[in-house]
Formats: sequence, C-alpha cells, structure tokens
Amino acid sequence: MYALEISQLKKTYDNGHEALKGIDLAVEEGDFFALLGPNGAGKSTAIGVISSLVNDSGGSIKVFGKDLSTERNLCKLDIGLVPQEINFNVFETPLNILTTQAGYYGVDRATATTRAEKYLKLLDLWDKRNGPAREMSGGMKRRLMIARALVHAPRLLILDEPTAGVDIEIRRSMWEFLEKINRDGTTIILTTHYLEEAETLCRNVAIIDKGVIVEQGAVEELLSRSMVQTFVLDLKDSATAAPTLTGFEVMSCEDKRLEVEVVIGQSLNGLFQQLQQQGFEVTSMRNKSNRLEEFFLRLVSKSEAA
Amino acid sequence: MNSPHASSRSIAAVNWVAFKTLVSKEIRRFTRIWVQTIVPPAVSAVLYMMIFGKLIGTRIGDMDGHPYINFVVPGIIMMAVITNSYSNAVSSFFGAKFQHHIEEMLIAPIHNWVILAGYVVGGVCRGLAVGALVAAVSLFFTRITVENPLITVMVVVLTSTLFALGGVINSVYAKSFDDISIIPNFVLTPLTYLGGIFYSVKLLPDFWYNISLLNPVLYMINGFRYGILGSSDFPLWWSFFVIAVFILVLAAIALHLMNKGVGIKS
Repeated sequence: MYALEISQLKKTYDNGHEALKGIDLAVEEGDFFALLGPNGAGKSTAIGVISSLVNDSGGSIKVFGKDLSTERNLCKLDIGLVPQEINFNVFETPLNILTTQAGYYGVDRATATTRAEKYLKLLDLWDKRNGPAREMSGGMKRRLMIARALVHAPRLLILDEPTAGVDIEIRRSMWEFLEKINRDGTTIILTTHYLEEAETLCRNVAIIDKGVIVEQGAVEELLSRSMVQTFVLDLKDSATAAPTLTGFEVMSCEDKRLEVEVVIGQSLNGLFQQLQQQGFEVTSMRNKSNRLEEFFLRLVSKSEAA
Repeated sequence: MNSPHASSRSIAAVNWVAFKTLVSKEIRRFTRIWVQTIVPPAVSAVLYMMIFGKLIGTRIGDMDGHPYINFVVPGIIMMAVITNSYSNAVSSFFGAKFQHHIEEMLIAPIHNWVILAGYVVGGVCRGLAVGALVAAVSLFFTRITVENPLITVMVVVLTSTLFALGGVINSVYAKSFDDISIIPNFVLTPLTYLGGIFYSVKLLPDFWYNISLLNPVLYMINGFRYGILGSSDFPLWWSFFVIAVFILVLAAIALHLMNKGVGIKS
C-alpha cells in the first residue's frame, strides 16, 4: 500500500502564483523518501496541502488509501508534521507542548505524558521539560518539533527541512533517530537542502522544480544515471596556466586548485598521467560535491536553461 | 516503537479529548499570567465602586428603587465579564496565529467547531473568573442578595459566550496587534458604558432613550441586573432574545470563516 499517493495536485495562490502545476507522487509504506528542490520549487506548498495547512486548487491526495478530501480527519490522524519554521508556543514548557499536541489527536493525558517522557528522553530534551521553550537552543527547538510530531504515533512523518541551522553533531544524532523510527515502521518524507542527508537516509527521491516533478525514483537508480562527476585536485605548486587534458574537461584552475569533470567509469590513470607529463603534482583529491548533489544541480540547471 | 498507531482512535473520541485539552490549555494560559488577566479588572472595579458607588453614589440616592451602589454593582460585574471574555478569545486566538502555533490544531483531526468551542469556553471561563472576583470585591462595599441565581448565571454565561465569539471573529480578521484593540476600544467600551451600567435608561430624554434601545449590551446588563436585583428596564425575555440571536449569528459567522480558512490558511 502507498503511504501517500498524490495525483495531479495543483495549487495557485490568490496572487496568481502557480506553486504546484499538477504533481504526481507515490510513497510506499515504510519508505524513507526525499522530496528535493530549490527554494520556491513547491516543496513546502506540497507539504502544506498534504497536512491541511494550505487549501489545494485541484487534484487528489490519498493517505494510506484514504482520500484526504472526503476523510480528512482520518488522514490527519496518520500524519505527523515537522514544519520548516518553529511554530510552537514558546511560552509553554516542552512537556506541555507535547501533551497538548497529543491531546489534539485524542491521546488521553496519562498516555500523552508517558509518550512525552519517552520522546523527550530519546531526543535528549528531558532536562528541559519544565522550562520555557523560548530558552532552548535552535537545535533543541528542532528536536522538540520532531518529538511533538511523533507524540500521537503517526504512520507517516513529514519533515520539512528538520535539520536547517543545526550543527553537524546534532544533525547526525537526528539522522540516527530518524533511521530508527523508520526501521520501526514509520514512513518518512523528508525535504532538505543538505543533499548528503537525503543520500544517506533516503531510499527513494523526487525532485520538484517550478511546481513540477522533474525526476522520481530510487536514489541508487538516479545516481547510476548521473553520467559525470567533478573532482577537486589540490596541487603542490600554483598553476600558471590550466593543463590541457585529452578526454577530461577542466572546469576551473585557480592557484593550487584544479577542478576536472570525469565521465562515470572513465579511468583516472590517464588523468594523472597527463597531469604528470605537464608538470602538475597532485597532493590530494576529493569529490566536489556528493553524487546526489551533483545530479540535483545538473537537473535543476538543465530545467532553468529550458 | 511499540505505540499503537493513531488511526485506531475514533474521530468523535478524538474531538472530545481535543476539546478538553484546548479548554485546559486556555485556562492554563490566563491563569499563568493572572497578574495581567485577573487582577486589573478587580482593581478597576474597586475604583468604580469607590468613586461611583460610595463617593458620588451617596449623593445620588436611589436608582430604580435600589441604593445607587447596589444599582451599579451588576453593571460593573457585567462590564468585567464582557471585556474579559472578549479579550481572552481575541488575544489567545490572535497569539496562536501570530506565533503560528494555531497550526498545531489545524493539522490535527479536530472539527473547526471544536476549535471554536474551545476558544469560546476559554473566554467564558476567564469572564466568569473575573466576574466572580469582582462580585467578591463588591461585598466590601455593599451587601447584595441574588434574587434569581439561575437567571443570573444564565445571563452571564450566555453573554460571555457571545463576546468570546466576537473575540474569535475579531482575531480571525486581525493582521496585527493594533487590529485586536480597535474593536474593544472603539466599539465595545462605548457600548458597555452607554449600556446602562451607571444609570437607568428610563432617565434619558426620548431621543437618547430610543438610541439606547439599539445597544445590545443594554439588554445584557439589564438581564443580569434582573437576576441580581429583581428589577430591569425591560422584560427579561428581551434580554434572552437579543443574546440568543447574537450568539447564533456570531457562531455562524465564526464557523463559516474557520471553514473557509479565512486568516488562518493560504
């Protein structure tokens, strides 16, 4: 069964801006799914419509087989949302924020308190449970929003840039937590600007741009279609001129840094041989960006050019 | 995670728990900031009773067959109830919009009428709490026995319901904090002061008497005064009729606005 099935979803705002131009999307139950796209592509609008914060202008949405337009409240029971912006009452305590949210989903007070304790402990917020939420750090507030989204035990968790502005250590602990709840059966849809995050966590991905899904499929399958990758080579000495390479494209050459585009599967031996012949000594080498990021950038720039 | 998933719960049961949660959240909100919400109306009431009831009132004599202090006390209590039930709903709902935590309710499986009822009951609770405090304070100035307790309670609960509904509608349209103070300052206060708190409208010249009849607050204050003192400028059913009509109209408007998502959804 699909956890989420979207068909021809459209949204035109009152100012005439067409944020979604009829998108189709299917997320399998149990999946860890990435919805990627540049700023203003329509990701947050799509999430807003799915979570009933934004009225749609056409199309249909099914959540675990139930139609959102006719069984909205039943669908809502199955969805947990972590929005992009902090949106809890900052004057409340984390414990109250969680138990109140659980109450909105019909969870009785005793169960809500038990679950709040569980998630506050899992997300390392238990010590802060009785202080005002406004006094927490940015990373804590993000984790509190994850705990809040889970407190009614949803089957589908939607995270809209949950790790934005969070340091790498906390980000990685959040990844581990999300992987765990996904393993335990919760379907997750993630939007993020950290493509490394999507590549690490997600099995399937859809890329949206200008209100249209431009690519959709398994992460591995999409990456296998990525034809080239860019390597950054650090040189021992400053280059006075860019090397002339046969079979490889030099993207840039500045001081001691050289960027070369390599077709997937192409041997790097020829590259090093040519560089050596022209007097360049390479001290280190790395990918310019992760593979998904490279694929994403090419796709988006192609769409812009079109 | 061993938690049973959410969809096993029935929507009716969910909404009942959600309603109780929302009401308790509203009560927690105004009691947490009691210095801002509960105390000021009591202080104002003391001043009104001291100045109009004791200092000036002793020179006025009787009004409608009652000592002046006894005449003004029901109006002063009602003024506190009206102001506080309105301002609780308007400030809480607008605060939720402003900080976006209204989204916590909008994404939850709660009917819009349950959200509306939660905010209205929250407003009524604050109105009644403040009304009870002002009534208690009035005992320092006079001894009044309530003639018709049931009518008194009915009028005060229905009136605070009406004004809490008005507060929600105001906050739905409000885009800034200025927008939530315009109605209380420029509509509610004049209507309340001219609603017969300090005088019987029978004393007014015909022209002003007839103008006063258009003021709905007049009937609420007189209904409440009837409950406490047993006398009113109008038949009691006028009061209940006016309050009921306003409640029905305002509830319909508020629910329509929420169903359309005006001011709360894109």
